[in-house]
Amino acid sequence: MSDDQMVTIEVDGRQIEAKAGTLLIEVTDAAGINIPRFCYHKKLSISANCRMCLVEVAKVPKPLPACATPVNNGMQVSTRSPLALAAQKGTMEFLLINHPLDCPICDQGGECELQDVAVGYGSDVSRFVEGKRVVPDRDIGPLIATDFTRCIHCTRCVRFGAEIAGIRELGAIGRGEHMEIGTYIGKSVDSELSGNIIDICPVGSLLSKPNLYQARAWELVQREAIAPHDSVGSNLYLHIRGNRVMRVHPRDNESINECWISDRDRFSYIGLYSEDRLTTPLIKKNGVWKEADWEEALEFTANGLKSARSTSGDRLGALVSPTATLEELYLAQKLMRGLDSDNIDFRLRQTDFRGKEGVPWLGQSIADLEKLEAALLVGSNVRKEQPIFGHHLRKAVMAGGWVGFVNPLALELNYPVDQLVVSPAGMIDELAAVAKVLGLKGKPMDKAKVTDAHEQVAERLKSAERSTVLLGNMAVAHPDYSLIRSLASRIAKASGAVFGFLPEAANSLGARLVGAIPGKGEDARAMLEAPRQGYLLLGVEPDMDFANPSLTRQALDEADFVVAMSLYRSPSLENTADVILPVAGFAETSGTYVNAEGIWQSFGGAVKPVGEARPAWKVLRVLGNLLDVPGFDYVSSDQILEEARAASDVKPDNGTDTPSDWQVRSASIGLVRIGDVPPYAADPLVRRSTALQQTKDAGAAAIHLNTRAAEQAGLTGGGQVTVKQGTGSATLPVVIDEAVPDGCVRVPTAMPGTGDLGGSFGEVTLEKA
Amino acid sequence: MANEVCLRNFDQDRPWLLEQYQSAGGYEVLKRILREKTPPEEIIEEVKASGLRGRGGAGFPTGLKWSFISRNAPGQKYVVCNSDEGEPGTFKDRDILRYHPHLLIEGMIIAGYAIGATRGYNYIRGEFWEPYQRFEAALEEARNAGFLGENLLGSGFDLELHSHLGAGAYVCGEETALLESIEGKKGQPRYKPPFPAHFGLYGRPTIINNTESLASIPVIMEKGGSWFKELGVENSGGSKMFSISGNINNPGVFEIPMGTPFSTLLEMAGGMKDGRKIKAVIPGGSSAPVIPGDQMMELNMDYDSIAKAGSMLGSGAVIVMDDTNCMVKVLERMSYFYHEESCGQCTPCREGTGWLYRVVSRIENGKGRPEDLALLDDMTVKIAGRTICALGDAAAMPVQGMLRHFREEFEYHIEHKKCMTGS
Repeated sequence: MSDDQMVTIEVDGRQIEAKAGTLLIEVTDAAGINIPRFCYHKKLSISANCRMCLVEVAKVPKPLPACATPVNNGMQVSTRSPLALAAQKGTMEFLLINHPLDCPICDQGGECELQDVAVGYGSDVSRFVEGKRVVPDRDIGPLIATDFTRCIHCTRCVRFGAEIAGIRELGAIGRGEHMEIGTYIGKSVDSELSGNIIDICPVGSLLSKPNLYQARAWELVQREAIAPHDSVGSNLYLHIRGNRVMRVHPRDNESINECWISDRDRFSYIGLYSEDRLTTPLIKKNGVWKEADWEEALEFTANGLKSARSTSGDRLGALVSPTATLEELYLAQKLMRGLDSDNIDFRLRQTDFRGKEGVPWLGQSIADLEKLEAALLVGSNVRKEQPIFGHHLRKAVMAGGWVGFVNPLALELNYPVDQLVVSPAGMIDELAAVAKVLGLKGKPMDKAKVTDAHEQVAERLKSAERSTVLLGNMAVAHPDYSLIRSLASRIAKASGAVFGFLPEAANSLGARLVGAIPGKGEDARAMLEAPRQGYLLLGVEPDMDFANPSLTRQALDEADFVVAMSLYRSPSLENTADVILPVAGFAETSGTYVNAEGIWQSFGGAVKPVGEARPAWKVLRVLGNLLDVPGFDYVSSDQILEEARAASDVKPDNGTDTPSDWQVRSASIGLVRIGDVPPYAADPLVRRSTALQQTKDAGAAAIHLNTRAAEQAGLTGGGQVTVKQGTGSATLPVVIDEAVPDGCVRVPTAMPGTGDLGGSFGEVTLEKA
Repeated sequence: MANEVCLRNFDQDRPWLLEQYQSAGGYEVLKRILREKTPPEEIIEEVKASGLRGRGGAGFPTGLKWSFISRNAPGQKYVVCNSDEGEPGTFKDRDILRYHPHLLIEGMIIAGYAIGATRGYNYIRGEFWEPYQRFEAALEEARNAGFLGENLLGSGFDLELHSHLGAGAYVCGEETALLESIEGKKGQPRYKPPFPAHFGLYGRPTIINNTESLASIPVIMEKGGSWFKELGVENSGGSKMFSISGNINNPGVFEIPMGTPFSTLLEMAGGMKDGRKIKAVIPGGSSAPVIPGDQMMELNMDYDSIAKAGSMLGSGAVIVMDDTNCMVKVLERMSYFYHEESCGQCTPCREGTGWLYRVVSRIENGKGRPEDLALLDDMTVKIAGRTICALGDAAAMPVQGMLRHFREEFEYHIEHKKCMTGS
């Protein structure tokens, strides 16, 4: 019998066609026949332990679990025969004997699988008169609340950890009735995908800790949204009460995020209600901040920009966040160009703008990632930076694929990989060595030292039918990005691999499609090195969102006028801006994101902006009017989208050129800083999610260096050390961390206390505090 | 006609030594098989012809089990011996490990040869420290003598055996839980199919047999399947080791032909202690339904006779009780055992075994309710046959047996809040 042979089965008297060997529950689910279940989940392995889906199959004396029974031709199934119903009701009774009757105070109430199924299969009075089981709750971290007395031992959460998160954090400890779900001796659940266990738990045992006792399911209204952080573009549901986002859930999209979302996408909404959320426009007059109404603030802004511009548009610059919506980015560039300025850029963490590149994108579909046989990732912490891509790559490895990394930090990954961990300058040598194996010639290859490791990488890429070379966030932020890009692209070409990028943010690709980059004007770095008279900032914080916060502050300090459109009144904006306009954030505005694969996904505003905040597209529209820029008469964001789409004259394209002079800018003497961006420091919203900031992945600002480097510098773990970079410095605790290569010191960026430092990958010195 | 198979060298001095085993003809069958390169199919046919049925309790024909393995499938295959011996009342495999370890080793090597396995494991019950040491020492002897390792006796056939000590879970005697445990995982039964013959240890084709079954193989191969079969009766070939315990004078292990009358076995075990009246017998380990003593005295010890009486021969663990025993108390103890030993994955067993125990315990302690017996009847139906492995059935069957034959004792307990036996 071949695998794709079709068979006919009969379920409750109905003829159904299905592929031979498909599990019965999949067949009945597809046919809309409901069979109750708890342990079965379409994305998890079959455990067949809850015994709720027992059905009667003709010629089989015992009821069989539909989740574990493959269909074969002529099979006759009864899902509601006396035998099947007796089995289902029997299981239900057993499930309920030890389940507490605390539905009225349980957050799961109203959306509880056990509650729903109990209505159909439970009895109104329990025959169980003994005391019920009580299980102590466990603190498994800041995101997930536990109530294990309610647990029905379906083990979905355990299987999720082993099979999807790729890290066995939860297990079933103890035997029989004493079986409990728990972590291994007091550990927390730290997976970047951990929140998904809240969704798959069929009862109220695993709940959202930030949302605990905050809302009942039936009070919530559901709206669709797109995740605003990484370039995956995960599909979301927002659950709203009144005018407040109460929680975020995944929305199934099999070709993007399946039924999962990252913890960042799930818990960042908390940042919308941060204490420093700006609710009214602020104007700085004579060095003092005062609240203003919109009319005054917009007039002030228009006048400020006009006088800063004076006679030349080149005196202005716009620095915009790649997490802004497509409509905002389009209007920002249209405004700048309307003021004769070509100085607009979203590439705030990039420092190397040499050479030409197209419109970097994934180079393949997201669904293709899990079919890869070989993938080489350069300068990427994909697991934490784009967790859903990490999940797809893990699936590829689980299916026998190979993944390798060339990185300035050793990663903790949830699948076997080969990692080449070297200094930023060393990354070029590593790539050159791989290129040399593949027969490439030229300057960096000539002096490259080839080892077995390089030969292996080249062989893996070459021999695989489906392979890829992908550049991540740390590659784009690298001082020699143009060289890395060229080498990686040539390695891909020589090995028959697809060349692509894991773009940093939700609209990294969209920003380019609508021209939020300079044509002949100045790029982000040049705009700061040669300060402008006036700056427009959109959705950014000067000390956190730039490659070189110290340079950024100097440039903004020197400017005559700085307008910031922001959700928050952060100290670094108050220090540098002249006016702060409160704008709508995630969930509060309509817009569009273009994900890594190039899929345009639009969404509506789900709640009204907090306080006096307004959608940024509306603010930009009025500024356009006040500055007499033509074509700013939109009445909806749809009109902007339509215009932006029509005006977009570029397409995703990973083309790149080879630099003629091979000048390496990465520091090769002294101590080199590795300034990665921790996943929960990536943008202003997530930085204000108090729950995410308590997780292990949030980390803390510190100076990480390996044992050898620490010995050379005479340092030990725990003490305070001052790291100096240019004119700035930071005094931080020392952490001995073998993930950092020799000659390097990891000082993450975008962390509190690092705002005075310079470039993310620059040279630093250490001094004992 | 006793001690013909596993216990045939029982009277030797230190029979566990290789020297002693070989002096009685040990390993000669293996040598012959390796020398003559006996076709594996012939061995499997011989085992089939012997009528040997799994001695661990389920009674599945051993030869048939072996024939399910695709011998020529590429890749690793395993032979696994189940020495977990956890069924309450059973203590026969312990004696094989203590006194005749080489018999088991030879049996495992022949089994490995028959299915093309090059590696085997003997999973030994966690509490069996002395038997484990004996078996380890025997493995070392066999290895040094060239019966284990690479190229056994120059035959080109490789086989290495290891022992694996359990950690005290009854459920690990279930064959797939045992495999999980060897793999280093939590001992929980797997959903079947696939069966171990196709997806066994580390996902590879595996045969897994009881200690007594495997230890019977060398004798079957020496004397022939039909010789073995004729020791017993129709449908129950061979002889069988019975572990008899309870209110008797001489508890112990007796190897007797299948079909021997229970009364003969009882006589061999010295009869009832203090001449008391036999009240009840559990004929096949604690999960087998109880049989009233009078009825038991008329039965023969073979699969069919015991099954006809509504119980099962199981592992051959015979627990004899006299008229001083309170059946409610007995059931309470047994139900407690299954409550403690349920692995916890399937709902009916995890929740039901605890509920069964609590209700029986309530009755024993004078807090029973009139509706409790109907509740117990109903619960057992909802547990049995609704779980991944047979532990749920094992917990339900003793309750069903007790309520079938001794219901009035339970009713008396509920009504009078005390025991009718006065115990």
